[in-house]
Amino acid sequence: MSIEVRNICKQFGNFTAVDDVSLHVNGGELVALLGPSGSGKTTLLRMIAGLESPDSGTILLNDEDATNHDPARRRVGFVFQHYALFRHMTIFENIAFGLRVQSRKTRLSKADIRDKVSKLLDLVQLERLADHYPNQLSGGQRQRVALARALAVEPKLLLLDEPFGALDAKVRKELRRWLRRLHDEIHIASVFVTHDQEEALEVADRVAVMNHGRLEQVGTPQEVYDNPANAFVYHFLGDVNLFHGRVDSGRARIGAIEIELPGSVSNGDGPALGYARPYEMNVTRDSKDPSAICASVRYVCGVGPIVKLELQNVETGTLLEAELGRRQFAELDLKLGEIVFVSPRNLRVFAEDYSI
Amino acid sequence: MSSSVSSNPVRGRGSAITRWTLICVALLFLIVFLVLPLASVFVEAFAKGWQTYLDSIRDPDALSAIRLTLVASGIAVTLNLIFGLMAAWAISRFSFKGKNLLISLIDLPLAVSPVVSGLIFVLLFGLHGWFGSWLDDHNIRILFAVPGVVLATIFVTFPFVARELIPFMQAQGSDEEEAALVLGASPWRTFFSITLPNIRWSLLYGVILCSARAMGEFGAVSVVSGHIRGETNTLPLHVEILYNEYNFAAAFSVASLLSLVALVTLVAKKIIEEKAGLRGGRA
Repeated sequence: MSIEVRNICKQFGNFTAVDDVSLHVNGGELVALLGPSGSGKTTLLRMIAGLESPDSGTILLNDEDATNHDPARRRVGFVFQHYALFRHMTIFENIAFGLRVQSRKTRLSKADIRDKVSKLLDLVQLERLADHYPNQLSGGQRQRVALARALAVEPKLLLLDEPFGALDAKVRKELRRWLRRLHDEIHIASVFVTHDQEEALEVADRVAVMNHGRLEQVGTPQEVYDNPANAFVYHFLGDVNLFHGRVDSGRARIGAIEIELPGSVSNGDGPALGYARPYEMNVTRDSKDPSAICASVRYVCGVGPIVKLELQNVETGTLLEAELGRRQFAELDLKLGEIVFVSPRNLRVFAEDYSI
Repeated sequence: MSSSVSSNPVRGRGSAITRWTLICVALLFLIVFLVLPLASVFVEAFAKGWQTYLDSIRDPDALSAIRLTLVASGIAVTLNLIFGLMAAWAISRFSFKGKNLLISLIDLPLAVSPVVSGLIFVLLFGLHGWFGSWLDDHNIRILFAVPGVVLATIFVTFPFVARELIPFMQAQGSDEEEAALVLGASPWRTFFSITLPNIRWSLLYGVILCSARAMGEFGAVSVVSGHIRGETNTLPLHVEILYNEYNFAAAFSVASLLSLVALVTLVAKKIIEEKAGLRGGRA
């Protein structure tokens, strides 16, 4: 089943939570809604589920207008951020709930319900805990129960609100790979909300980046990472170094660096910002490049395969980050306070009309 | 307490005196002001023997007072249970204009003196009140009759259920209810299988406090009842009448019933608090 969201708007009092968002999710696709908190991603998800009604716009589920349908009629599986397990019911009863509340006509027999629940318990690897109560389970286990409960009613689409938000880093990584495998197995359209760009880029087929209630960019993880539509997306997907400069008749001049702008980026003349990721920085001891920035080494973090450097521009005092491979760092043999020359290998320029 | 003394003998000696002084003062206060009066009620009630005790309670006027008290508090508790639940639901689940005003209004009966609460009804339904002449024309009696007693009891006990539920339901949030709705449960089904089991201890707690207050209410009921023996007298009013007639044994016998209700309430309250804590219902 596909999801089609068209020009959805939602206000809470004076706060615009979702501002004219349109999004299409194909059947069998796993899409991440990525954005900072307050960007409207959870509200959008709740509107798709029918837990919140949009002020304007339409929601089509499988090409049928479902904007005013009850949540029950939409056949969605929803996994809540804090799981929302029924605390007075056992794990078995939790998973069986959606099957037991069906109308008499469509309800399975008691034996069939028992079979189905044990299959689901098997799927989420919690067979042994059927008779336990939610408060006796760990966070990761609760998350899997919530998923099994949502899947029990054979939803046409699966919506997950910050599914791993409340888990520790290790469990988080395991569970998100597990979710990806599970999705490939059941293959229904799924949307999950996250503020963790690593999670979104690793798990999703496509990523929808949101900010201030607007959809900034939609694309495969590769697309949004390599070709961010604007400064916000670039900023949100990883660490950045900022360079202030100006755009002058189609050319951006940032410090001593000058680059030709492609027509699409140019927004007329005016101030401009250049961006480079820390791993796109060249760090050398002596400079052949006249445009290189002269900086001193402020801090070195050398744990793991990548060495992170914090550098300070000697002229302007602004801080820069650079990441080097371990071997490269060993060759440079840098000490704190030493002067180095830094230049971005790859600089992106967005016209400076963007607030973050 | 005792373990802190043995693990810290140096400080223990000095604090032991303070500790025992405080405990003794508190205990003494409790005995003088709470246990003694309560015990004296039962002692006085049985002062003239079992027979007098039973006779005072079996007296037709006393039986009628018991009946009226049960009827009035039964109606008041039932209605306040329903309205309290609705008010708590509305306040904890929706945001609307005037929500804070509603919360303050719910507290009004607690802030107003019961006598004033009673006078409000006199002002409304009395012969010279707003609806007085209309009621008189249609031969409907509210004041100095059973409906007045019931109305006054409802008014005074309104806050108990709602006040107990509102903070609890607000803290609990609506995630579980939303989950049930998404899973295909009807709103009624959601209420009975998710909401009600989650709030049951809180609700029962409110109901118990509400009933205790309803049965013991004196001030408001006293103003509207008219003290008609065998007709509009509730238990507390009956106690007062007997006492004013210097019929102490009878007064204390009836009073002992009210004290018994209080003791039962106390025990029930304790049990519920423990239950609610045990199953994590209050978490």
